[in-house]
Amino acid sequence: MDESGIGFWGVPLAIFAGAIRVSTPFIFVSLGETITERSGRINLGLEGTLVFGAMSAYAVTVLTSSPWLGVLAAMATGAVFGLVHGWICKFPKVNDIAIGIAMMQFGLGLAFFLGKPFIQPAAPKLPSILLGGWSGIPQVQAALNINVLFFIGASLAVFLFWAFKNTRIGLTLRVVGDSTDAARAMGLSPDTVRLLATAVGSSLAAVGGAYLSLYYPGSWNEGISSGQGLMAVALVIFARWNPIGCFLAALLFGGAGALGPALQSVGVTQGYYLFYAAPYVLTLIILIITSSPTRSLAGAPGVLSLTK
Amino acid sequence: MSNIVRDTPLPQTGKAIGVETLGMTMRFGSFTALDNVSISVPACSFHALLGENGAGKSTLVKCIMGFYHATSGSLSVDGREVAIASPKDAATYGLGMVYQHFTLVPSLTGAENLVISRPEVPAVINWAKERKDLAAFMERMPFNIPLDRPVSELAAGEKQKLEIVKQLYLGRSFLVLDEPTSVLTPAEADEMLGLVRGMTERGELTVLMISHKFHEVTKFTDAVSILRRGRLVGTGKIGELSTTDMAAMMIGDVRLAELDSRLPVPEAARPVLTVEKVKAPDRSGLKTIEIEDLTVRSGEIVGIAGISGNGQKELTEILAGQRPTDTGRVVVNGETYGATRSETRKNNVRFIPEEPLQNACAPKMTVSENLAFRTFDLKPNGKDAIWLSRGAMKKRAAALISDFKVKTASSSSPIAALSGGNVQRAVLARELTGDVDLLIVSNPCFGLDFSAVAEVRARIMKARNSGTAVLLLSEDLDELLEMSDRIMVISEGKLVYETSALGADVGVIGAHMAGHH
Repeated sequence: MDESGIGFWGVPLAIFAGAIRVSTPFIFVSLGETITERSGRINLGLEGTLVFGAMSAYAVTVLTSSPWLGVLAAMATGAVFGLVHGWICKFPKVNDIAIGIAMMQFGLGLAFFLGKPFIQPAAPKLPSILLGGWSGIPQVQAALNINVLFFIGASLAVFLFWAFKNTRIGLTLRVVGDSTDAARAMGLSPDTVRLLATAVGSSLAAVGGAYLSLYYPGSWNEGISSGQGLMAVALVIFARWNPIGCFLAALLFGGAGALGPALQSVGVTQGYYLFYAAPYVLTLIILIITSSPTRSLAGAPGVLSLTK
Repeated sequence: MSNIVRDTPLPQTGKAIGVETLGMTMRFGSFTALDNVSISVPACSFHALLGENGAGKSTLVKCIMGFYHATSGSLSVDGREVAIASPKDAATYGLGMVYQHFTLVPSLTGAENLVISRPEVPAVINWAKERKDLAAFMERMPFNIPLDRPVSELAAGEKQKLEIVKQLYLGRSFLVLDEPTSVLTPAEADEMLGLVRGMTERGELTVLMISHKFHEVTKFTDAVSILRRGRLVGTGKIGELSTTDMAAMMIGDVRLAELDSRLPVPEAARPVLTVEKVKAPDRSGLKTIEIEDLTVRSGEIVGIAGISGNGQKELTEILAGQRPTDTGRVVVNGETYGATRSETRKNNVRFIPEEPLQNACAPKMTVSENLAFRTFDLKPNGKDAIWLSRGAMKKRAAALISDFKVKTASSSSPIAALSGGNVQRAVLARELTGDVDLLIVSNPCFGLDFSAVAEVRARIMKARNSGTAVLLLSEDLDELLEMSDRIMVISEGKLVYETSALGADVGVIGAHMAGHH
């Protein structure tokens, strides 16, 4: 049992490391979805965008040997997916949720189709920063080996929190998301704002995909995403459309996702598969807790709705 | 904004301007909404625009504000003719409008709302500087509003003031106010209009106010113009016209339905509805609704006064079985009442919620189907029916339509095609037919014109006189004073005051509505 040298301390350490490692795609997808939903639209297609982003990032990295070019490529393809979603949704009587589901399937299918030749070749990984040099324990060093995208995601969360309050673009987004009429009265074009918000949100989601294929797990295959793109939508609601809340909720989800592997690594041989389901159970629990037949949801953008 | 050709100098902000329309006519197809209307609102005046629903008031102001382009006629600002093609052009000339519904963004704070409404907003907002500028601006305003709270937390009166402040912040010096007091308490309304009046007297502002409340018009405005069916039927200084004159000009020679004379409530009238110590969460989940004791007796109208959003909606939802309660119980005819269909039917409980088209009708189903909602599943002998009897439904609908004077193309038109007054008549027809022990009504006259209002009130009074217990929730205090036997005030989810309607003091009721108790 003690072969790792730190025994059951390995579990919290692995959860901590996992929280950081697994949360990064959640951070990007949920921040992207926050931007989109704050403008009054739901993009359920982010799962497809994420997988397509993972594929295009990997493919471009294989071809150019530059993971950062891969991330840029993912952002570009993500933006295209967002623009298509936003453009279709601007037509009257089009339901954004239905379009989102269609876009999700489209993104998945297209990614698998175009990504076939890239399953075999290996691509260079995104760089990470070693913060664990002070410790002699290899597990601690491994846990503190943190990817650059995590820091970018964390700073993005803080930036968005600030920007929603302190910039013209942030206020405009909130106006459009809260009251279409008020936005029109101010001479804003809600459709254009939502189009751009969906494009930006999608390109962030695609960065989450690039992280999956270029860092952790770090390869491209058809099972690369385990529903991060969909769970991020639940996460945004849980975080009450607050970017910092999204960051913390992503850490929580990441930690829950790391529970199964952590238990397995310290030698728990039975039942750990149940803990692999922790993020999904968490999603269900969160949705149940945050819903209520008698209360309206505080903090929800006013225009956001399931019916149109 | 540089693309509009301007032949007059820009008005100075903070200095009132006069506006005049000349022969304004607006046609929509063959329908003339506005027929040769000329009104003059000189600088620094407070002018009232009176008229029934559909008289052309909003068409006129929309022409002034550039939402509509008048078919013919012209508009002058400060004596010079101007062409206004859009609300943006109107803003350039200093014309602004405060709408009946709020245009503030609920989740933004007052300060955020003001800053983002400016035509030019810096990319990064320097809040320290903006706050200082706003504080300096508010110094000059007679209104006192907290700017650092989300607008959704403000009272209706504060929101209305903030709407006006926003227009002034944007540099408007001529304001159209569209029924600005419809959601305010009497005290809030008086305060707000008094402050606006002060600004016109100081020469900072000219106001054109759409209203249907005579006491406001006579108390605060200088002059009045009255529209009926698109025509200007009268204009004059306040004091030269009596309210009777104004009312006669507004409605023309239509006979209004008269209220039955009120039968006295017998001493021994039995209680029909009793609400005992009911507690339930409100829709935000943060506050609770607590109804300690509410009794409505047979042949009595109990009015519930209160500012919108103080628990009226939740109370009606509790009574309609739509909102679960934590404690307490609702008793109808001596038995605990859970608002199921069988309980409702057994106790003859009828319900007219506010906005009946959304809340009491299936908008796309036909008038005849909507009229049958209470009875479609019963055979004539009262047993459960399996098959619908279309013929009987149609026959019954035809009888109700003629009895309640519902104007509809046919009983098989969708009910959504009817005007608001006719939807209300149809719902009344459904709810008031047959024996009614208890009637729960919420804002029954909201948005209806004079004759529909008179009709609806007469029907409710008739039901009362024949022994129905009526619970009337309304935001219109005049309506409550006219209709009720007793008035209770709801404030922050509690019934805080009770008085008999006869000799009730409006000031005291208003104070309780505003939360001073």
